Amino acid sequence: MSAALLIDILLWGSVFGVGLIAFRRGPPVFKASLREGSMDFVNIVPRIALGVIGSGYIAAIIPQEVITGWLGPDSGWVGVATAVVAGAATPGGPVIGFSIGTVALKSGGGVPQVVAYVVAWALFAFQRVILWEIPFMPARFVWFRCAVSVPFPFVAAAIAMVIGKP
Amino acid sequence: MSELSPKSPAPAEDAESEPRPGRARKPIGWSTIIIAALVAVSAGLVWRRDGADGVLDILTHDLSLFGGILPRVLAGCLLGAFISEILPHEKVSRSLGPKSGLMGLLIGTAFGAILPGGPFTAYPVASALLAVGADFGATIAMVVSWTLIGYGRAVAWEIPIMGTDFTLWRILISLPLPVLAGALGRFVYVRIYPQPHAKDDEN
Repeated sequence: MSAALLIDILLWGSVFGVGLIAFRRGPPVFKASLREGSMDFVNIVPRIALGVIGSGYIAAIIPQEVITGWLGPDSGWVGVATAVVAGAATPGGPVIGFSIGTVALKSGGGVPQVVAYVVAWALFAFQRVILWEIPFMPARFVWFRCAVSVPFPFVAAAIAMVIGKP
Repeated sequence: MSELSPKSPAPAEDAESEPRPGRARKPIGWSTIIIAALVAVSAGLVWRRDGADGVLDILTHDLSLFGGILPRVLAGCLLGAFISEILPHEKVSRSLGPKSGLMGLLIGTAFGAILPGGPFTAYPVASALLAVGADFGATIAMVVSWTLIGYGRAVAWEIPIMGTDFTLWRILISLPLPVLAGALGRFVYVRIYPQPHAKDDEN
């Protein structure tokens, strides 16, 4: 897929760019951060492995239909609240999250509810939080950020109600 | 004060037990144990439902997924390490620290929006920012901006699956959210964690 390739190029290009800046500060700086980054990688790999390899099992026991069912005909704020819970509970990666959103749109789900779902999923889908965010960041920050993020799917839904459909 | 000394802990990082600013980690923590338990229970349920074949199918699929992600995780870790090494601490705490105001939240938002890659980049870089003096507010703005208005996921996944119209419209709606989330984070942070922590390092 070309988008993935583009992102890989940008990613490694950025690594190369900041690496070059570090190198121009002097080889000791460069070596120190290279060692630091590699150590981070070694420390993080077992946790990422557990998460990525295990996520298939978690996804397999929470069928998509359950989540799609929560995005049903409920309109208004009850529907928005259900959509937020569904977004947080959605297992798996972006394909699953966005596919559920598309199915909901096509089967008559309200636009503000689908927006709330996509935003909630992006902000605090439990699987991304425990598989990616907690291994890399201080746990105290992660919980704090998630708690602070809770109102924002509702804000997004409210904006969607005000400005209307795409 | 002695902000430049490499041994002095970063202001916002008192939760980390390591003296070195936030980069060294214990390989096993309570969250790892919870995830391991969750995975074990899920795998057990899959095994009861689909038998050993079902378990193996998922395992091979996820192993290949893991193999594909691995180089990107390395890139993310290197990016985080280089950034925390080349960013001057005192400048970061001035432009992204607790007293950086709206400007700090806007810088965090812009940074999150242009950051390439996926979770394997965003979280190591956010962690590096925290370690070199950004506060929770600016870091929240960065993470929320990456997840809501960053182009990486939108280009790779959202546009192909949900369509360009919906995606652009959804991003438009999301534009104010990172700054608002960062501001709320700051507002709550100073009330939950009152001064004693930061005081010694701050003035």
